[in-house]
Amino acid sequence: MSEALCREGAAWVSAVTGTRWVGVIGLEVHAQLATNSKLFCSCEVRFGAPPNSLTCPVCTGQPGSLPVLNAAALGLAVRTALAVGADVAAESKFDRKHYFYCDIPKNYQISQYDRPFCTGGGIRLASGRFVRLTRIHLEEDAGKAIHDRGEHTLVDLNRAGVALIESVSEADLETPEEAVEYLEALKEIIRYAGAGEADMEKGQLRCDVNVSVRPEGEAWRTKVEIKNLNSFRHVREALEYEIPRQIEAYESGESARLPRQETRLFDASAGVTRTMRTKEEARDYRYFTEPDLPPITLTEAFVERQRGLLCELPQARRRRYREELGLSEYDARVLTGTREVADYFEAVARLCGRPKEAANWVANDLSRALADPEVAAGSIDELPVKPFDLAELIELVAAGTINTTGAREVLGLMVAGSGSPREIVAERGLEQVDDEASLEAWCREALEGREQVAADVRAGRTKAIGAVVGPVMKASGGKANPQRVREILLRLIAEDDQPRP
Amino acid sequence: MTGAEGADACDLRAAILAGERSAAETLEASLAAIEERDGELGAFLSVERDTARARAIELDRRRAADPGAAAGALFGVPVAVKANLCMEGVTTPCGSRMLANYRAPYTATCVRRLLDADAIVVGVTNMDEFAMGSSSEHSAFGPTRNPWDLTRAPGGSSSGSAAAVAAGMVPVALGSDTGGSVRQPAALCGVGGFKPTYGRVSRHGLIAFGSSLDQVGPLARSVRDLERILGVISGHDPLDATSLPLPPIEPERPDRPERLDGLRVGVAAEYVGADLDAEVRTAVEAALEKLEELGAEAVEVRLPHTVHAIPTYYVVATAEASSNLARFDGVGFGARTEGDGSLQGMFAATREGAFGDEVKRRILLGTFVLSEGYHDAWYGRALRVRALLRRDFERAFEKVDVICGPTSPTPAFPLGERAGDPLAMYASDTLTVPTSLAGLPAVSVPCGFASGAADSPLPVGLQIIGPALADARVLRVAAAFESATEHHRPAPTSAGDGR
Amino acid sequence: MTDPERDLVRHTAALARLELDEAEVDRLAPQFAAILRHFRVLESVEVDDAEPMTGASGVRDVLRADEVRPSLAPDAVLGNAPRSSDGFYVVPKTVGGEE
Ligand SMILES: [Mg+2]
Ligand SMILES: [Zn+2]
Repeated sequence: MSEALCREGAAWVSAVTGTRWVGVIGLEVHAQLATNSKLFCSCEVRFGAPPNSLTCPVCTGQPGSLPVLNAAALGLAVRTALAVGADVAAESKFDRKHYFYCDIPKNYQISQYDRPFCTGGGIRLASGRFVRLTRIHLEEDAGKAIHDRGEHTLVDLNRAGVALIESVSEADLETPEEAVEYLEALKEIIRYAGAGEADMEKGQLRCDVNVSVRPEGEAWRTKVEIKNLNSFRHVREALEYEIPRQIEAYESGESARLPRQETRLFDASAGVTRTMRTKEEARDYRYFTEPDLPPITLTEAFVERQRGLLCELPQARRRRYREELGLSEYDARVLTGTREVADYFEAVARLCGRPKEAANWVANDLSRALADPEVAAGSIDELPVKPFDLAELIELVAAGTINTTGAREVLGLMVAGSGSPREIVAERGLEQVDDEASLEAWCREALEGREQVAADVRAGRTKAIGAVVGPVMKASGGKANPQRVREILLRLIAEDDQPRP
Repeated sequence: MTGAEGADACDLRAAILAGERSAAETLEASLAAIEERDGELGAFLSVERDTARARAIELDRRRAADPGAAAGALFGVPVAVKANLCMEGVTTPCGSRMLANYRAPYTATCVRRLLDADAIVVGVTNMDEFAMGSSSEHSAFGPTRNPWDLTRAPGGSSSGSAAAVAAGMVPVALGSDTGGSVRQPAALCGVGGFKPTYGRVSRHGLIAFGSSLDQVGPLARSVRDLERILGVISGHDPLDATSLPLPPIEPERPDRPERLDGLRVGVAAEYVGADLDAEVRTAVEAALEKLEELGAEAVEVRLPHTVHAIPTYYVVATAEASSNLARFDGVGFGARTEGDGSLQGMFAATREGAFGDEVKRRILLGTFVLSEGYHDAWYGRALRVRALLRRDFERAFEKVDVICGPTSPTPAFPLGERAGDPLAMYASDTLTVPTSLAGLPAVSVPCGFASGAADSPLPVGLQIIGPALADARVLRVAAAFESATEHHRPAPTSAGDGR
Repeated sequence: MTDPERDLVRHTAALARLELDEAEVDRLAPQFAAILRHFRVLESVEVDDAEPMTGASGVRDVLRADEVRPSLAPDAVLGNAPRSSDGFYVVPKTVGGEE
């Protein structure tokens, strides 16, 4: 951005004219569906297989081959539609979209044109802004063309035919930050719906951006499409480049520079967008109904079945955690990070009936274990600690059988796969010691030579007692009941104050 | 062909199973007939001698090892297959330079079912390029000649399959019918040819021309052979999403198969009143009288949109074809010409070099009717007229059981006569495309002869059309007509035939 | 040359990736024009009460279970490719960025 423009909130303000410009952004997001096989053939969907090892007559477009629709893809697509509040169509169909390129073997892509499986719906941003979705449709992915190896382009069709949903938003976004927030939210929804992993690094989420600018309060202007955005960072950077570029072009008043309807490519290494093709070269896709695929009825029963498979979405869960379970916004966010973690937390909370404790253990200790490379668990479900085990541990603490320190130790052993909490506690003798005589003996020992602590306590600074609790716990091998220790220490110090007989 | 005069596939199978001849002998007779006649006819693009012989020996061995074991419905029957049906490892050139060396990596469902029924595929037959044509003159490998008159076209696009059956090189063959490509060559070559209800025979492995129209169909010298093959190749296929979820077509077995009492036969003014060759008209009128003699009642029906069938068909079929043929670009399969060194240049040079004129014409037309600004007025409108054409039939079939008329307005025409005039060529399809557009079953059976030039008689075909799913009814009418007439018996004579 | 028939043929040929030379344009343009002229009769058909007929079998809702079946050996597919190398299809160098 040149110095002639400065960002003020959602606006770019011209230092020269004082005009307040805003962006007008719409997103088209392609997300891979988590099916076992491709959209129209039975080839496996797998990332990183040897080139062209996951192909067949259908996905290589061999003459005479015919597509047959994958039922699971339709189900996942509908689940996503329900998750964003879209209207599922009563009837849908497929169309052929034609363009010649080396990564689409038939030189048409089977997609949906005038009867997508759903329309409408949207996503609410933290600011309260509602980003409307125009539609979501199903389509097959293209293969991969590799341009940076040698003097030829190489083509791998393993990805060709993989099931995608394309979500098209209205141009309701204004800033690069909002665009990224929208994408994060969409990604979260797709993952929650169980529709896909939406892992950008594996190419499971890809994004095209439509962007124009307008002076605040004015109508929108010519829009430009930016293709090939392979990470959220690229989306932000492309918009951070493109919006000022368009503003400066308008501000310059030079007609040759005025934004025109075109498709641009983002060059990530240079951080700039470049013209790929102009309107004159625009594609004529010659859509028509795919004659090889009969129409699809999306019956109410089918849609309701999908709704039943859809779990509560992250935004709704966070609200419920705050309002009904009394959790902090921070904890609610951590716990809804993935659907697995949230489901796990809810299972623990339900089993032990102590949502706050469950939240603490899941959000802190268990999350730490999950992040530990030595534990090597891909998701919370892979930990040997099942919700039932953690609930039992929380109950042991609540019942005073073990203290928190001991419980941490037990959890460590549970993560290592050493058994249920009760077994571990019993085996290792970690039960809390409540026996008055033992506790008093450890306390007297600890008070020896710590007259200053006793003096501080007597002077009303009761917090100082902590300095003696530690040694008592240590002496007890961590098993002393810290609450009882505190009480005994206070009593002993108070007794000590009495004139000796 | 087989040393057994007039024997059809059903006879051949029975003879093999009775131990009167072996599958190998039957195959050798077929190969010998091909050897003898195909030089002048050009019906085959390739003859799969080695695989066919190995298979015949295998069948005979199986038979010898266990004479009581179940034998397939086409046990030992030599079959020819049109060059647009994929068979793993066999070249499937589709009449085009584009696929001259294409070896399909998989097998079409209908071919798989032939093999599963113990048939022997002897070779791949010539056809108009990508099934676009009515004369074989659009084959990149040269035309096929009509066995009745070598100067005339055999019809198309299943030209080689029709000629091979007519000349006795094989008893039965598979073709494909998009706008009449089984029925018209069957009529012009004097054999039977059947187009099933759309969806009854799987298209999996049939190289697509017009996907919403294409159907595989058999050509044979007897109606019972048509039934026999259909029983094998029809029936639901999960690999074709447009395949009807129905069992294979079962022949109807009425108590008195030779009679048609109570049958209401529709006669459409639009068909018999069309611009027909006089001798074709005479033969078809005689055939209609014959049906009445058999007990059928002739009823006049109207099919008012018939005049729009040709433009509708050519808009719909070429639109689909332009899309289906987009995949031939030099990347994954087929021919390739590098061109100017760019990717798009390679696409254009490849397609320019390997497609023939008619294919280019149809790709152009199909691309045009789908393109921006023309789509609704051309393609969109044609789809609506197509619905009206179907409605014509639905209304007519409220009053009648079948509709009968000519298959082709003329008998076989001289090679070269229409080659330079696409519209004249398209007119050959006038009477077959309406049923294709409506997706209905129809058969062409021999119903007489026109006197060709130089004293050689030219066969005329009777077309029998049924409502959707009435495939068996159509065949039953054809069988009754066949049993009451002798038109299917004469075979074309040739220098080497000695008949 | 500003002959609209020839321009239409050239434009359509470009869309269809047919690289017609001038002689072919000369030959095809009048045929193409004649076909269109002839087919224009469709304009006269009253179609208002007809829905577009996009398929002929009338089947609906055909789905397959999401089951993986073995793919073809790469050689079986690449064997038909005019140019391939190291398991890839090889095409002239091109830039990325298609849809
Ligand atoms: Mg798309
Ligand atoms: Zn595949």
